[in-house]
Amino acid sequence: MTRSLWIDDIRQVLLSIVVVALAALALAWAIPGARAAETKVLLNVSYDPTRGLYQAVNEAFARSWKSRTGEVLKINQSHGGSGKQARSVIDGLAADVVTLALAYDIDAIADKAKLLAPDWQQRLGHNASPYTSTIVFLVRKGNPRRIRDWDDLVKPGVAVITPNPKTSGGARWNYLAAWGYELNRSSGDAAKAEAFVTALFRNVPVLDSGARGALTTFAQRGIGDVFVSWENEAVLALKEFGDGFEIVAPSVSILAEPPVAVVDKVVDRRGTRAVAEAYLQFLYTPEAQEIIARNHYRPRDPDVARTHAASFQPVRLFTIDDTFGGWTKAQATHFADGGVFDRVVAARK
Amino acid sequence: MTKSATRDPLIVRWGLTLLALAFLALFLVLPLAAVLVEAFARGWDGYVRALGGDDGFAAIRLTLLVAAIAVPFNIVFGLCASWAIAKFDFRGKSLLVSLIELPFSVSPVISGLVYVLLFGLQGWLGPWLAEHDLRVIFAVPGIVLATVFVTFPFVARELIPLMEEQGREEEEAALTLGASGLATFWLVTLPNVRWGLLYGVLLCNARAMGEFGAVSVVSGHIRGLTNTMPLHVEILYNEYDFVGAFAVASLLAILALVTLAAKTALEWWHRDELVATGH
Repeated sequence: MTRSLWIDDIRQVLLSIVVVALAALALAWAIPGARAAETKVLLNVSYDPTRGLYQAVNEAFARSWKSRTGEVLKINQSHGGSGKQARSVIDGLAADVVTLALAYDIDAIADKAKLLAPDWQQRLGHNASPYTSTIVFLVRKGNPRRIRDWDDLVKPGVAVITPNPKTSGGARWNYLAAWGYELNRSSGDAAKAEAFVTALFRNVPVLDSGARGALTTFAQRGIGDVFVSWENEAVLALKEFGDGFEIVAPSVSILAEPPVAVVDKVVDRRGTRAVAEAYLQFLYTPEAQEIIARNHYRPRDPDVARTHAASFQPVRLFTIDDTFGGWTKAQATHFADGGVFDRVVAARK
Repeated sequence: MTKSATRDPLIVRWGLTLLALAFLALFLVLPLAAVLVEAFARGWDGYVRALGGDDGFAAIRLTLLVAAIAVPFNIVFGLCASWAIAKFDFRGKSLLVSLIELPFSVSPVISGLVYVLLFGLQGWLGPWLAEHDLRVIFAVPGIVLATVFVTFPFVARELIPLMEEQGREEEEAALTLGASGLATFWLVTLPNVRWGLLYGVLLCNARAMGEFGAVSVVSGHIRGLTNTMPLHVEILYNEYDFVGAFAVASLLAILALVTLAAKTALEWWHRDELVATGH
């Protein structure tokens, strides 16, 4: 008797599990469909630090789009390491627009998956980069190691924190900034620049894979004397981790241009080209430039830049095109397998 | 007089007990407490606010949904597989056993990458899927697939040894008495393994909700759409929202505790029977 009772129990349990699963399946299919029907949806695939920036931009653009067309717009965001995000788009993540850390990652999408035309960077003003940033130093309060410029980072005993350029877009900017500084100082001697960068990376105790992990190493675990970082990340770190740190701007640094692009194949398939293009053009308007400046990225608009001049330290900036001949060349020379960075790492040991 | 033979000296007994308790405290209780302390660092209101937000709720909903699909699938599969393996002889049986165990031996990241290779735009089936506007990876179906794959062995691994140990006598008796194959399964096999099945389901569920690696590869990390709770924890942590990260983590821990409590309640409910059957 107890046995047959048990069987009824089991049957009921199994049956209810199946019912729950079917209901869940139905729900899973119903939710995205319902949402797509009532509003227009865009997907912006971006890199790690831009979440706050695009939250503010998306809100402003959705408002402006609604007043212009009456359409309700929802912009979904995906954030991660820039290279990893590019890889996901190549593998089919349906991004209407990509807003990544460096042009090389969008080149890779154009090159490997042919999802957009190779000349994407000419379609929007300022190299398709509506905002810029640069590389600065975050040091501990009072700057006990008296770090003022790049040559202080190669001094023996100074512990430098930077993520690994192989995996982190931000770290590639760090590396190129240091290289450009020494190249500039030695009037173009590449051997000196390599020796300089090698000495710098010898001072790096841990190579984290991403900028956020490296900052945690520096700020939370208390390792290192100086953290080489995006300017916007350094300002954010001051806000998040409070008083223990200060920002030092070097005399010379690189003009980091995080580019944006519409992914042609995706917007044509989804019928979102008009809104995707309007979204990226919106980034160049004074309204968006103001949001950009408030999120600690350097605006392109001269008027907005003047208003916020006080919040950005003066640094002499060189570009990747002038000093390295563009991203494709820099990538091949420095970061590809067997490139200069592999030699730098080998010399570290 | 048998005392000295069966009982160790007081100091050994106490020492071992204390050691075990200290170990438990250090590796289980302390981390759990740390999660809860961090989660409630800004009080109850802060906890609710940290959990809340559309993205947080979407992550919770997605995790529950994925578990609700993956667990029943693996119950059915696990029962079929273990029944076939333990009660029948056929060629290629050991191969099947190794295949079932494959997800245990493969790193979850690799399992995720396999699906990218299969369903990705550059993969084998990707171009066809894209043409027909079907999305598998970077959408809910891919997350479900990856979760089913990594939780594949839990039910089967729990049941196969149990069924093998129980042997085939009862089933053979049922069959000779004229029961059909299906009736034998429902009336004899299933009741005999119900506790093993329950443990398997609990393990499977815990892993389905907690899986990070495989899901991370196929998710695409679209906030509010394809972020599960473990992915959401990582995102919040990376955004310096430590209270939020630990709040979601504590919720995951609480979900695990709830399933554990459900198991204990069931055991207590049927305690007489458990004693009778020697479990």
